[in-house]
Amino acid sequence: MCDGGRTVNPTESGLPIGDARFSALLEDSAEDLYEHAPCGYLSTLLDGQIAKINTTLLTWLGYTREELVGRRRFADLLTVGGKLYHETHFAPLLRMQGQIGGVALELRAADGTRLPVLVTSTLKTGADGEPLLIRTTVFDARDRRAYERELLHARQEADRERERLQRLVSTLQRSLLPPALPAVPGMEVAAYYHTASADQVGGDFYDLFRLADDRWAFFLGDVCGKGAEAAAMTSLVRYTLRAAAHGDPDPARVLDSLNEALLAEYSPAFPFYCTVLFGLLTVAAPGAGTGTVEITLTGGGHPPALVIRGSGAVEPVHPAGGLLVGLMRKPNFATVAVRLEPGDGLLLYTDGLTEARMPDGDLFGDDRLEELAATLSGARAPDMTEAVARVLSGFGPGLNDDTALLALTVPSSPPKASS
Amino acid sequence: MSARSRNNVVLTGKEDGPVVMLAHGFGCDQNMWRLVTPTLAEEFRVVLFDHVGAGRSDLSAWQAERYAALDGYADDVLRICRELDLRQVVFVGHSVSAMIGVLAAIREPERFAKLILLTPSPRYVDDGDYRGGFSRADIEELLESLDSNYLGWSAAMAPVIMGNPDRPELGEELTNSFCRTDPRIARAFARTTFLSDNRADLAKVTVPTLVIECASDVIAPPQVGAFVHAQIPGSLLVTLDATGHCPQLSAPEATTQAIVSFASDWR
Repeated sequence: MCDGGRTVNPTESGLPIGDARFSALLEDSAEDLYEHAPCGYLSTLLDGQIAKINTTLLTWLGYTREELVGRRRFADLLTVGGKLYHETHFAPLLRMQGQIGGVALELRAADGTRLPVLVTSTLKTGADGEPLLIRTTVFDARDRRAYERELLHARQEADRERERLQRLVSTLQRSLLPPALPAVPGMEVAAYYHTASADQVGGDFYDLFRLADDRWAFFLGDVCGKGAEAAAMTSLVRYTLRAAAHGDPDPARVLDSLNEALLAEYSPAFPFYCTVLFGLLTVAAPGAGTGTVEITLTGGGHPPALVIRGSGAVEPVHPAGGLLVGLMRKPNFATVAVRLEPGDGLLLYTDGLTEARMPDGDLFGDDRLEELAATLSGARAPDMTEAVARVLSGFGPGLNDDTALLALTVPSSPPKASS
Repeated sequence: MSARSRNNVVLTGKEDGPVVMLAHGFGCDQNMWRLVTPTLAEEFRVVLFDHVGAGRSDLSAWQAERYAALDGYADDVLRICRELDLRQVVFVGHSVSAMIGVLAAIREPERFAKLILLTPSPRYVDDGDYRGGFSRADIEELLESLDSNYLGWSAAMAPVIMGNPDRPELGEELTNSFCRTDPRIARAFARTTFLSDNRADLAKVTVPTLVIECASDVIAPPQVGAFVHAQIPGSLLVTLDATGHCPQLSAPEATTQAIVSFASDWR
């Protein structure tokens, strides 16, 4: 059915043309809209001289039209900082782009108070594209500025908290690692530690200490997890290993003691386990400058150590048995004996190294590590850790886990003066 | 890293023409020269670049210590010259780059044929009888407002305040296509610029120099242009009938003309 002749009821479709209230709105002249708009309007010549300004902006600033039009430039209304910003950023960009928007500035009112504003300007051009004048709208940004200040303060507060946390973490981290390795007569030793995050204590650890005149113990490992729990566990692991080694230095029995200590702490919420290589070394005739070094090594769930021979051969040393420490009642740790001759070295590392992603996305992996190790044949311990650390730093964001390195090398006999 | 990519060096113009190197000032990048480059390119080999920290320069090359003094920037200019084997360079430095050019020309005068200093100021802060145009308090106010992020890109500023360095794209689409500046670097550059004092260096310039100033410039007022002219032995001074600190944008024809006539006057 057709209802074309029906009169539309105003209540059904809003305000129809001809409604008295709508007419009143239409009488809101462009002139009045300009003068009393809820934002400031300003037109200036290209040199910034004020040619026209609306009542709203005059009211905000407390100036009369006569005081500004033809007498002052827009930049004169800005604070000194604002003026410099206007000259170095605002005006050049406006010229280049023809418009510029949303710039935060402060205007100086007649009574000296400052009015935070957001300024948008457009360049009006003539038919030939020549710029003629600049039109500017000014929005009152007091509320926004107050809000931004709050955000800024919150950000600064958060930054301070983070700094505090990082200081705490780095102090704690230092306390879990030996401040410096002791000098081992007849050997060279070096360690390197990379922390993946400045906000969290790493879970890797290492140590080297003397048991008797010519006997030394060393270990390197990785506890599960990170942060506060990992720090607590690392502390427990380190002191248990040190204490056990002094009691009964047999490497397998040292790991048995650690296993028991970790099992005693076990709870389903915080499984306490770790991987570790623990070794004992004896330097033959340490007074004679250089000689052979006998090493007994045992391990629990840890990647093999690499023996790097002076000849260039690389031999992964994988103690048999060796499950994760802290999980099983009877872990059966076995030991393996290694002899280092002058020119040989032993490199211990955590899986942060082999599981790092290279820039092309591939894992660094065991094979590449062995290739790298072969190039380090005959190197001194500090050069060895430095070379590996250089490779690590090349991974950039691909290195996302903590990494510890411990290198033990036997110097080659110094060449005879005659040769 | 090569100076060419670090400073986003752009070569244009006549390949065998005399070399004109255009150095932008604080607040923008090489886009500042877009209105004068076409005319210069007809006659000269034009070398454009962005200071480290500005435009499309390599932001990772920026170091607070190196760029805390204008010498670091002058060093970059010389590195570009050496790498591209530029000789007989006519160096045009705008604003703070005028003093960067002065420092470079003192260190390696043989490299430069001429210096053109566009709206230069050897010191912005008043000092005794010297009128730089700003009080110490004025400059402190600028630095403070830059430090607290109350000036500038409100829109682009939000991501900065919110601390989203991991998601730069949040800020990207809001920033201008020209004159991109990292706020942190801009703050440091403002400090280096507005607290510099190179008055004593002016007398050491041995390269023929032209000073170009604007009739009305709040940043480098006329007495500053006159001071630079008086201190540099044998320099020339041209005052453009222009307003503002960037005559290459507000009066491009007159600026180009002044550069061309001084640069092509080979003796």
